[in-house]
Amino acid sequence: MIEFRGVTKQFPDGTLAVDDFTLVIPSRQFIVFVGSSGCGKTTILRMINRMVDPTSGQILIDGDDIAKTDAVKLRRSIGYVMQQSGLLPHRKVVDNVSTVPRLKGVAKAKARDDAMALLKTVGLDRALADRYPAQLSGGQQQRVGVARALAVDPNILLMDEPFGAVDPLVRAELQTEIMRLQRELDKTVVFVTHDIDEAFLLGDHVVIFQKGGKIAQQGTPAEILANPANDFVAEFIGADRGKRRLTVSDEKSADGDLVLLDGFGHPAGVMASSGAPIKASGVKSRSVSNKTDQAGDA
Amino acid sequence: MQWVWTNFDTIWGLTLAHVGLSVIPIVVGFVLSIPLGYAASRSKVARSVLLTAGGILYTIPSLALFVAIPVIIGGAILDPRNVVIALTIYAVAIMVRTAADAFASVPADVQDSATAIGFSGVQRFFAVDLPLAGPVLLAGIRVVSVSTVSLLSIGAIIGVSNLGSLFTDGFQRNFYTEIWTGLVCILLVALVFDVVLVVIARILMPWNRRSSARSVRAHARRAALS
Repeated sequence: MIEFRGVTKQFPDGTLAVDDFTLVIPSRQFIVFVGSSGCGKTTILRMINRMVDPTSGQILIDGDDIAKTDAVKLRRSIGYVMQQSGLLPHRKVVDNVSTVPRLKGVAKAKARDDAMALLKTVGLDRALADRYPAQLSGGQQQRVGVARALAVDPNILLMDEPFGAVDPLVRAELQTEIMRLQRELDKTVVFVTHDIDEAFLLGDHVVIFQKGGKIAQQGTPAEILANPANDFVAEFIGADRGKRRLTVSDEKSADGDLVLLDGFGHPAGVMASSGAPIKASGVKSRSVSNKTDQAGDA
Repeated sequence: MQWVWTNFDTIWGLTLAHVGLSVIPIVVGFVLSIPLGYAASRSKVARSVLLTAGGILYTIPSLALFVAIPVIIGGAILDPRNVVIALTIYAVAIMVRTAADAFASVPADVQDSATAIGFSGVQRFFAVDLPLAGPVLLAGIRVVSVSTVSLLSIGAIIGVSNLGSLFTDGFQRNFYTEIWTGLVCILLVALVFDVVLVVIARILMPWNRRSSARSVRAHARRAALS
């Protein structure tokens, strides 16, 4: 459990990035911070591993005040994935993944074996292990970044706009992958994005930020969609523009699916007549984008 | 040419002296410039102080410095250490600027993520900053190497034996073969040093080798296509 108690951050230049922020993140939840740039969401994320120290207030992990812990030790116990993967360009993929275990004193051979297993976990071919990051596609680099974050088997995974710089197809694939990993590995994930669709797709719990680290609304995606707390949220999630309000058109597909239209009358999707096909289509799109990702490397 | 073969032992001895006297300033200058350059890359004040100091040191004429050093450290005028110290000062003066640029060239997001996953300050310096500054440091030390090898020859004027002695001797005797021999030998020493530096860098920076080999291959492919 991660707990923010009245956390404030004022930067030396006087900017008040976060003002009296309080939030409890339960364990093993996928929580998404979403908001436009400069709203303080990244600052708040970076406070969890003490990359930023609050000016006042407390942050507790499982009841312990992190200000009293050793920052380096704390960071080694928390997985961190950032936008440009942040891989060490001078180390091979396998060495990047085993970096933190090696820092913690794990023997080289064991760290390497573990890293090879992790590459498999994140869906990367063993053959990539001895390449340098620059020789990988953007999607593959992000997977290595995730593998590196998982290498110390952390309870907490921090992800700072990790899929912001990859193309939409690869992004969809990585999103599916991270949801699968979270289901399998049962971590607490704190995920920062400015993309509300990504937030609703991934989050068990979504926190929408306004400027100054103020929470505009938090809840499950369904709660937020059903009852936007104010005009800011309504605009942010696109409800005010009718993007989220779908109506059924007169047209029907051959197997009886209903075509849905958004508030502008643009087709937004189809509503299946039976619930079954959703899963099948998910698998299909994954294999398609998988090919794209590999192709970028070949 | 006959002169070269009859005096081969002398020339070889001077070459070894030249190598010995120039290796020390290059190595010591490199090692000293690393912490100074790192400091300069970390703070604006340190940068302006160190780079200005380096610039001023470099403007001191070499002959004046060779003569001034024994006065300052209190040694004998003919002691080769004077020349070694002077050349080390020049090496640092040149290298500090490059080292500062080298550390500034390390991508900030890589540094940030290294810290975020749990490198301590010292670990990050040796495992991340230093190797990633490597390519620019290499460029700097190659300049220092060439400049040291050629500057050393001036030491012959104050009586420190090296390949430059072939110049002073050749001028006094108006004997051009000797001057040409000195010139060619100095060029060869500089060339060998450069090759050694590049080979060391290739061994120490395998990732750099691959990416540059790849871009060379890509260039070749593009050239072949067009």
